Amino acid sequence: MAKFSRFRIAWVTLLLFAFSFGFFLLVAATNTTPVDTSVNAEKGQENSTFSKHKNSAENEKCLQCHGQSKYSYFNKESKRKIIKKMYAELIMNRSVFYESNHREFKCIDCHSEEYLGFPHAGNLRMESQPNCLDCHGEDEKYAKYHFENIEKEFQSSVHSEKHSDDFTCWMCHNAHTYLITARTSENIKQTISYDNAICMNCHSDFSKYQLLTNRQTPNLIKKHDWLPNQKLHFQAVRCIECHTKKINDSTLVGHNILPKKEAVKRCEECHSTNSVLMASLYRYKIKEIRSTQGFFQGILVNDSSVIGANRNFFLNIVSVIIASIVIIGLFIHALFRVIKK
Amino acid sequence: MAEERIYFYPVFIRLWHLINAILCLILMITGISMQFSNPKYPLIRFDIAVSIHNIVGILLSLDYFLFIIGNLISGNGRYYKFPLRGLFTNLKLQLTYYTKGVFQKEKAPFLINKERKFNPLQQFTYLLVMYYVIPVIIITGIAMMYPEIFIPATLLGISALHLTDLIHIFSGFVISLFMFIHIYFCTIGKTPISSFKSIVNGYHEVHE
Repeated sequence: MAKFSRFRIAWVTLLLFAFSFGFFLLVAATNTTPVDTSVNAEKGQENSTFSKHKNSAENEKCLQCHGQSKYSYFNKESKRKIIKKMYAELIMNRSVFYESNHREFKCIDCHSEEYLGFPHAGNLRMESQPNCLDCHGEDEKYAKYHFENIEKEFQSSVHSEKHSDDFTCWMCHNAHTYLITARTSENIKQTISYDNAICMNCHSDFSKYQLLTNRQTPNLIKKHDWLPNQKLHFQAVRCIECHTKKINDSTLVGHNILPKKEAVKRCEECHSTNSVLMASLYRYKIKEIRSTQGFFQGILVNDSSVIGANRNFFLNIVSVIIASIVIIGLFIHALFRVIKK
Repeated sequence: MAEERIYFYPVFIRLWHLINAILCLILMITGISMQFSNPKYPLIRFDIAVSIHNIVGILLSLDYFLFIIGNLISGNGRYYKFPLRGLFTNLKLQLTYYTKGVFQKEKAPFLINKERKFNPLQQFTYLLVMYYVIPVIIITGIAMMYPEIFIPATLLGISALHLTDLIHIFSGFVISLFMFIHIYFCTIGKTPISSFKSIVNGYHEVHE
């Protein structure tokens, strides 16, 4: 007769758990290797990779100086070749530009042709910067992005009200680097970190923040210390989910930034079925997954886990049915016991 | 002849059982409150529910250690072990007794004595819950408490946090059902309340 030593089953079970936990950690370790997206293309580096863009040759006229941190020219007076440092704000990173939405543009589509001469004339600095609406406004081709709504939302935001015309689209969206993500990225986390970086660009950098105000930048980590699992929240939620008026389905990105005291602070506003999160990006992504990968994938393949909001209708019904069957079963059993007594 | 009363539940078991029951109840209520949160009709305010659930979850984990260590030292763990051979036959016998025999005043197929504290069905479900489901719920719970340390971004293409969440909630659901069934089956004793007395005073009243 097979004898089972004491606790053998229990120990085997515990060991199994320990192993699976170890496996879990292993996967965690291999998965968290950060993906370095920073690019530091030096002059000429991989120039060939950009040549597929139709205006890359033309743009090189500018980028030979503005494409890296130094530039050189021949000084006719001193008859010497001069090497100088390029100001950081004037450096256009080729890799980032040729990935951006405006990658097929020529520099001189937006900038004056006179820039082709060197040294650049001083008055060119007075050239006005085009805003998004200058090109995208009232154009059917861009209708689905609702630029007019964005403009309206922006006008009533604190950014616009507190800073008047100093605050332009450019503060958040640099036309040289901007890449649309909310609609195109397959990875919701990528969209979140991209969108949050836009806010952090000023809100965690005093040198940019002080362009608009003399106040100190608030310490965002301290200000948000009421949030449990703060780091996870910051990775999984966009700043704008709480700091803008409810984002609508069509725009996906809120531009009506609210004053501090009107921001979402109650947990239930996100952690419930009518979660504010479900009004925007998250619902868009879930709908997309469901339509492309099927219903069950919709339950499992969900990059965001929000207690209370992820409640799945199907699983909900099943759990209620099972619980009811058990309770009714017990009740009937009890009834029979009383009757048969 | 079977003795009338057997001292089955030493103090540590009763203490553990009581703490376990209270903690599980609190976890169930706060868990349900979070899972079915509604800003208009909160059962418990969300942030309060989260804090309670976290603290009580840690206490339950400690209580589980008490259970494991107590079982190892006192030898109480032996009541959970059973041979796999004949398991299905035994389970069937016990189930048949609960669905038919119990109404016809038949004798229970497995009499409880000093060597057998639990019938096969109890052994099987207790083992399943205490040695499988509870560890799963503790591990997934602690993992979700420190997601940045324990949970990878994705696992096999699925959000690992979401998967952990589903497993945690499913385990909680299983334990909740177990609790209902467990409490109901306690009424099938010598008298409907004798089992409840036993877990308070430690003495099991033998019945046939």
